[in-house]
Amino acid sequence: MEKRVPLGQEALVTKGWWKSHQWLVLRRVSQLSVLSLFLIGPWFGLWIIKGNIASSEILNMVPLTDPYLLLQVFLTNHWPETTALIGAAIVLLFYLLVGGRVYCSWVCPVNMVTDFAAWLRRRFGITSSARLSRNTRFWILALTLVMALVTGTLAWELVNPVTAVYRGLIFGMGFGWAVLTAVFLFDLVISSRGWCGHLCPVGAFYSLIGRFSLVRVSALRREQCNDCMDCFIICPEPQVIRPALKGAEQGIGPVIRDGACTNCGRCIDICSKDVFQLGLRSGGRMISQVANHQREVLS
Amino acid sequence: MGDKSSKSSSGVTRRQFLAGTVGAACAAGLAGLGLASYTRQAMSLPAHAIRPPGALEEKDFLGACVRCGLCVRDCPYDTLRLAQPGEDVALGTPYFVAREIPCEMCEDIPCIVACPTGALDHSLTDIDESRMGLAVVVDQESCIAFRGLRCEVCFNVCPVRGKAITLEMQHNERSGKHALFIPVVHSSDCTGCGKCEQACILEEAAIKIFPLHLAKGMLGRHYRLGWQEKEKAGRSLVTPDVEHKYNLPEGMRYEYEGEGLIIEEQAAETPFADDPLETLKRGKDGI
Repeated sequence: MEKRVPLGQEALVTKGWWKSHQWLVLRRVSQLSVLSLFLIGPWFGLWIIKGNIASSEILNMVPLTDPYLLLQVFLTNHWPETTALIGAAIVLLFYLLVGGRVYCSWVCPVNMVTDFAAWLRRRFGITSSARLSRNTRFWILALTLVMALVTGTLAWELVNPVTAVYRGLIFGMGFGWAVLTAVFLFDLVISSRGWCGHLCPVGAFYSLIGRFSLVRVSALRREQCNDCMDCFIICPEPQVIRPALKGAEQGIGPVIRDGACTNCGRCIDICSKDVFQLGLRSGGRMISQVANHQREVLS
Repeated sequence: MGDKSSKSSSGVTRRQFLAGTVGAACAAGLAGLGLASYTRQAMSLPAHAIRPPGALEEKDFLGACVRCGLCVRDCPYDTLRLAQPGEDVALGTPYFVAREIPCEMCEDIPCIVACPTGALDHSLTDIDESRMGLAVVVDQESCIAFRGLRCEVCFNVCPVRGKAITLEMQHNERSGKHALFIPVVHSSDCTGCGKCEQACILEEAAIKIFPLHLAKGMLGRHYRLGWQEKEKAGRSLVTPDVEHKYNLPEGMRYEYEGEGLIIEEQAAETPFADDPLETLKRGKDGI
């Protein structure tokens, strides 16, 4: 059995550093930019955006509200002000366009921590991982909604690490570092991709939006795949790749339709054969057909 | 055949699927139980934490507030803060500590305007109508007004001056000739802004803001105040008391409202003079 080429080595050699890291870099820039926009207000008095990830206001005009939070507010039997309704509609529309879990991979700060844990796991070959169903997050999502209904309060917000960390970074962390450390250690030692990939109900909620969202990753040139497995290893939700990449015979794909896909684009970076690319859901299919057609014509 | 039929398209047996599902459900259920007990605990707002003006009742507030901090941002005096992990206020919710920075009672109430969900009630437009809490003179032993010293700082800083806190004069038993100027809070006007608590000159404030449910007593629902009922009904609801009467000589009567014994003019003809000696003298002259 031949020795495996290190992860991403092939892409690095054939495409160069930038082409094999561009989506990762863009994603980190996006995550840090959003956070910075929130921080330059309290730090430098430059109020471009006020509030935090739960609800905010751009230039004192455009409201943004987390639809998942607002859903819980509804369930507690409180009818919110119009501001929050408009804000949630804007956010909902945005993620319907760009992909539900774009929230996870392009905005959420916890992602940087869990990605770091995953990187350490690869780096040091930590493979032991508690078996958790990836559907656990949907049970937890249901639980958070039931809790809102039963207790009449936003019970999940008392412990939600995602909003706690974001709020902490902007309004003061207090004991919040412990929460973040717990998530990091859980991912590193107990369960691979444990928090974001198995438990987080926020991600579960946004993955439901992602099922209908417009922008998707597509295994457009899947016939080029050389089965190197790099994409499966790097992908935080590897189960979403298989149908799109290997479903040609059953007529599935090439667009990744699974809502769990975060549109992080790491598969695009890591693939030396440029199998994947970002595209539009329905358009993707059209483009791929056109591309196939062109290839047929050319050959 | 049995094997084949129990396998789904993804290659997971029914047993595996059920085990996985039940496991996930149980894990979520366990988390739920823990969360439920924590939720109850989190609802008990500590007495020092005062909610912003217009905040709904605590339980409703915890259902309506998304913990975005827009009220904190729009507070011009940096009064409000969000509860951080490890504090005993429900995580991420806004509150203030009166002794540190009280509410300055802005007329336009920017914190309420900023609230996107209405956890701070937008129907509150007059800050004087807000009831964030209630000031209570909690320690008469250390409040120097009760020792006959002139302080009145709480009375003077009160934004609803002369209404929410009044000074009631009482006799100073110690000196025997001075007055005590006792601060008295009136819940009809106190907004619970906390200016008095912040300004209290003592090491530890003798006047403090408490949440209304801690600060207020409540009369038993069955309780009726006789004089009020009498006024409502227009007559006494019990058999009227028999009016007390002194058996006084003619020309004298007793005024019950405070004047006391009244000797009418013609009563001057009484055989008895005011001074008993006079009567004796008169007796000597011979009647």
